[in-house]
Amino acid sequence: MKTYLLPSIKITIILLVILSGLYPLAIAGIGKFTPGHGDGETVSYKGRVVGYANIGQKFTKDEYFWSRPSAANYQADAGVGSNKGPTNADYLNKDVKGRIDTFLKHNPGVTKDQIPAELVTASGSGLDPDLSPAGAKIQTARIAKIRGITQQQVLALVDAQTEKPLLGLFGPPKVNVLKLNVALDELKK
Amino acid sequence: MNTEYIGIIFMYVATVALAIPLGKYIAKVFKGEKTWLDFMAPLERLIFKFSGIDPNREMNWKQHLKALLTVNVLWLFYAFFCLLSQGHLPLNPDHNPNQTPDLAFNTALSFLTNTNLQDYSGESGATYYTQLFVFMFLHFVSAATGFAAMMVIFKAMKDKVTDKLGNFWDYLVKIITRLLLPLSFVVAVILAFNGTPTSFKGKDTVIGLQGDTVHISRGPAAAMIAIKQTGTNGGGWFGVNSAHPFENPNYLTNMVEDISIIIIPISLIFALGFYLNKKKLAWVIFGVMTTGFLLMVFPSVIAEVNGNPAIAHLGVSQPTGSMEGKEVRFGPAASAYWGITTTVTSNGSVNSMHDSMMPVSGLAQMFDMMINSFYGGVGVGFMNFYIFIIIAVFISGLMVGRTPEFMGRKIEAREMKIASLIALLHPFIILVGTSLASYVLMHFPNADWGTKPSAWLNNPGNHGFSEMLYQYASSAANNGSGYAGLTANNIFWNVSTGLVIFVGRFFPIIGPVAIAGILANKKFTPESAGTLKTDTTTFGIMIFAVIVIVAALSFFPALTLGPIAEHFSLK
Repeated sequence: MKTYLLPSIKITIILLVILSGLYPLAIAGIGKFTPGHGDGETVSYKGRVVGYANIGQKFTKDEYFWSRPSAANYQADAGVGSNKGPTNADYLNKDVKGRIDTFLKHNPGVTKDQIPAELVTASGSGLDPDLSPAGAKIQTARIAKIRGITQQQVLALVDAQTEKPLLGLFGPPKVNVLKLNVALDELKK
Repeated sequence: MNTEYIGIIFMYVATVALAIPLGKYIAKVFKGEKTWLDFMAPLERLIFKFSGIDPNREMNWKQHLKALLTVNVLWLFYAFFCLLSQGHLPLNPDHNPNQTPDLAFNTALSFLTNTNLQDYSGESGATYYTQLFVFMFLHFVSAATGFAAMMVIFKAMKDKVTDKLGNFWDYLVKIITRLLLPLSFVVAVILAFNGTPTSFKGKDTVIGLQGDTVHISRGPAAAMIAIKQTGTNGGGWFGVNSAHPFENPNYLTNMVEDISIIIIPISLIFALGFYLNKKKLAWVIFGVMTTGFLLMVFPSVIAEVNGNPAIAHLGVSQPTGSMEGKEVRFGPAASAYWGITTTVTSNGSVNSMHDSMMPVSGLAQMFDMMINSFYGGVGVGFMNFYIFIIIAVFISGLMVGRTPEFMGRKIEAREMKIASLIALLHPFIILVGTSLASYVLMHFPNADWGTKPSAWLNNPGNHGFSEMLYQYASSAANNGSGYAGLTANNIFWNVSTGLVIFVGRFFPIIGPVAIAGILANKKFTPESAGTLKTDTTTFGIMIFAVIVIVAALSFFPALTLGPIAEHFSLK
């Protein structure tokens, strides 16, 4: 036993120092040179921090682009998915159907088959910061009307904020909802 | 072609392209040849000197297992007591409480065994101390443990080796200093520059654009997320794992993390070829594993990209596929691909919620974990596959009337008994666990256990059954992903999955090491015309058949009640 226990204890101590102490400290040091200085990158509006670029926010007011439904209600200290299964009748007939009805009510002129599923399904993290370009564009008529601007202006904003696939090759295009809404507020002035 | 498909094809091709040189490098390190990371040697010497270890002392297989088990028991107690008292330990800026005893039992075992089933959420159930000094520490050393055990087998497969199977501590330390730490360092830096937090600051509170107050959890996450992937651990910093936008901020980090999941398991196959100088055998194994892997990837990707027919039925369009439980920045193809890579490798990190995926994906993911050797976890994946090789050699030997031989050693009754027991143990613990849970659920729905069994499941019907089956499959395979709708943080699930995790880890390590050790001590007979060739396509097909038959026969009835029935009820 002693042949193995003593080295076990000692190697645990030194590996703890190296792996759990020095390694994350080194990464934290390098993190200081990243855009968010290792604390997470923030987004500001009128000099006030209004959120983190990567962390989705709840947008339910008609004058903003809505973000996706969230099982976590966008509480970023308790992210969670709905974990509803694809055949769950309650989920389909209450949750999803309810969201479709709400969306149609607030977006007159939009038909059901134009709504992309992402707007009526909850994200995995409950903190999804993005929409697909289609998910944003379907909301432009509502926003233009409420804000008293032309739909072209809003569409142009969506296009300007759309992030293309990585190197134009990999993955889906997307729009960051918080940045898009900040840009929308900035348009007003 | 669509950018989502290009994304996943690129990921796979890049992984294999990197895995071949990496395998060569690993073989060089353990053959003692010169490599460009030799500047780590002083650090290794320091570790050995401090610990009073002579890394050149050769061990036999029993001594290896003694060292492995001793140090693992020590880590188990250390982890358990840290988790029980984490509220009072340093580095707890968010003032999170201690874990309950049953949760600490489950969590400690889970991380010790490279499983990382997480019945807590990192934001509220752990502290920066336990995240770094328990979880991340175990991320490194549990992967290294699996690797060290595998190295014993590699060494035992060499010609004319008998009792001198290398030094356990040497394997354990070198895989960390020469591979896991450098690779994790690179991945962590990439994550940091793409937005993953690295500082030790606690939660931030912000008033959002619309006026809502939100609290945002942070912490030195990048370092841990890197090793969580490269060590096939999977236990993330945040509760929703790599679906969290801090844990996996964009498509680039998603590619880097997903490549990190399978790169070491694949490179170890090539390492075997270079180490034993049997490249053809490595390609046969790679072929078998890749066939199995791709057979799982295709149906899952197609199912997710096509979307949920039940949602289509409600009248909305699904231009980006099934989106429940998925993130816009990854899309359905990369989410499905991740779901397969993480379940074939016993990683268990997720970038979408598996509970909300199509039944076809669920079937593929569960089948991956039930087979648990298409690539498999760091070290342990090959060891599971080794068991299947032994069985395939034996059966082929009987079929063609030749003495079953592998690597110049006869396979006899004793080795076959061990191999059969290990092969049967996996279905046994998964199915017994699932039937016990189902029985309790049906007969004691209102038992007063904190969470009543009637409240365990998040979904009704077949999908609810899948939640339980998945949980035990994930525990037994030391995977750690979950159908997260299951309410698992209660005494029944914490304890039962904790036990399954323990049995599912250590016996499949002890068994193959014992077989390899026993074989190494047998007389070595060089290959002759009478030897059954194991590095041929025919033999590859034979292994594949053994795997499919063992897994399919054991699990088909249970899978029928879960994802298969759900698939056919989907309209």
